[in-house]
Amino acid sequence: MKMNQASRKPELTLSQGGVIKGKWHKNRYTIKGELGHGAIGKVYLCESNGKQAALKISEKSSSITTEVNVLKTFQKVQGHRLGPSLLDVDDWVHPKNGHSYSFYVMEYLKGKPLSFFIKSHGEEWLGIFMLQLLDDLAKLHESGWVFGDLKPDNLIVTYAPPRLRWIDVGGTTQIGRSIKEYTEFYDRGYWGMGSRKAEPSYDLFALVMVMFHLYYPNRFEKGRSPEKTLMNKLHMTPQLKKFEPCLIKALQGKYSSSKQMKRDISAVLMNQQKTDTIKKKQQTPPVKRATHQGKSTVRKPKKEHPFMEGVGIFAVVLLFYTFYLIFS
Amino acid sequence: MVLDDVFEHELLDIFLRRMANIEEELYLMKKGTLKQILLITDGCSNKGEDPSAVAALAFQQGISVNVIGVLEDEQSEQPEGLQEVEEIAMSGGGVSQIVYKQALAQTVQTVTKQAMTQTLQGVVNQELKQILGPKQSLEELPPDQRGEVMEVVEDLGETCDLEVLVLIDASASMHNKLPTVQEALIDLSVSLNARIGRNRFAIYSFPGKRKDINKVLDWSPKLDSISSVFPKLTSGGITPTGPAIKAAMYQFGKKSLLRSFRNEDESSIEEA
Repeated sequence: MKMNQASRKPELTLSQGGVIKGKWHKNRYTIKGELGHGAIGKVYLCESNGKQAALKISEKSSSITTEVNVLKTFQKVQGHRLGPSLLDVDDWVHPKNGHSYSFYVMEYLKGKPLSFFIKSHGEEWLGIFMLQLLDDLAKLHESGWVFGDLKPDNLIVTYAPPRLRWIDVGGTTQIGRSIKEYTEFYDRGYWGMGSRKAEPSYDLFALVMVMFHLYYPNRFEKGRSPEKTLMNKLHMTPQLKKFEPCLIKALQGKYSSSKQMKRDISAVLMNQQKTDTIKKKQQTPPVKRATHQGKSTVRKPKKEHPFMEGVGIFAVVLLFYTFYLIFS
Repeated sequence: MVLDDVFEHELLDIFLRRMANIEEELYLMKKGTLKQILLITDGCSNKGEDPSAVAALAFQQGISVNVIGVLEDEQSEQPEGLQEVEEIAMSGGGVSQIVYKQALAQTVQTVTKQAMTQTLQGVVNQELKQILGPKQSLEELPPDQRGEVMEVVEDLGETCDLEVLVLIDASASMHNKLPTVQEALIDLSVSLNARIGRNRFAIYSFPGKRKDINKVLDWSPKLDSISSVFPKLTSGGITPTGPAIKAAMYQFGKKSLLRSFRNEDESSIEEA
């Protein structure tokens, strides 16, 4: 984006080993590498006094200032770490071109992308993360803010224990105002499913789209009737099936608070566990073997073992014999 | 630039109070309407006066000129004609961006919003200079105070009234991009109507049949009614961007502000 003022200030690229010293607070940061870049500036991994941190720097001073304002309000949401904590805010005067670049330093959150984590650790985590996210959103909404630009890029799973955290809070907007920053696929305005006014339901819509993105990593077109497209996709995604009624409500803006949605999602998850155990009950013929941990299960497997062992040994011998036949 | 800390703090207090006054004035008296021309084009002007000069004139009149250059899908590099895009926005005190048509919707709204912030920052900077001295600017303030001032700028951006005149280049090469432009404008209206402040939009295309510009849609608070008027755009061979911006400039003054606000009041009551 070319702006009047910014176009005169060259874009900045910092190399590894470079040192940034704040104009006001005089802290020194050694650049360790780039973590990412977005519409507003670049984020670097840096080190100061032997501690790692993330440093965001941009030629757009006002955008940095706006983000800092948001991060500060996050610190005010007490007793809960919503976003990364803010460590320092300062300007850096480029020694060569003399321009001043604004930056801020925040806690470095190390983790894995949501999709990666769910693929490697299992689908059952999806529900858990949704509950975590709804908890955080509830806290944020209660303090008068809406997250706005909720999307996988702005989320990270830190561990242990696994916890879904927000890493970019640039879209956070006061309730009642217009959403500051959004990404089309996650924006209900784009889908014709509501306004771009900051309301709790705006975030809940985006939350559903984040879940969609897990199963449609390349996203999808909105088509002629966007609402129908969403409903069809939802219906066609087996992993989201059990949440379908809640997700439809969220897409249609029928939840006015995260708490309502959280209650419904929890109910689904609790029922799910019940039905799981019921299914297991039905699958296992001996009446006494109710659960895996049941005491009576200890003896029965022992009876089965000799038979299974026999089959195993036979299979291995057969395998070796086949090899012998082939290779000799 | 370096002021005594206590002294500076007092001045900043004065400044912030002054900003609060401006905010109140804007909100209560509806004086401060931000005016923007949004030019959407895909090529170079080839007739009439220099568009950059006209844009500079518009900026003098309190109208900022933003420009969006639309690329063809197969264009990998920025064609020469589009260099003009940045120049016009620079002298028009606005924001420019060159995009493929798929990104048009999101671009139109970010450009418009950034231009608002830019204009308001300009106003704030002027105030700063008056109170803190000619060398002061937002960027020279210590981070904490800059944060406070930016909050004011944001408040203003959210609450001020806005007039956007969309000026569409309807030359032959733009023809296949018009449906996307139409969608992007509806999207813009969704974004801006989420603000607390009120909006008015008008759409003009150029060149007009006999005049420099051709009215597509008269000033209205929403853009959802444009789908019926858009196909009427006719395309021609010449691109008189300069004369078009000039003609667009005059469309702002036409309606008495008071009357239009009264009209909008009625329509917002209807909506409610």
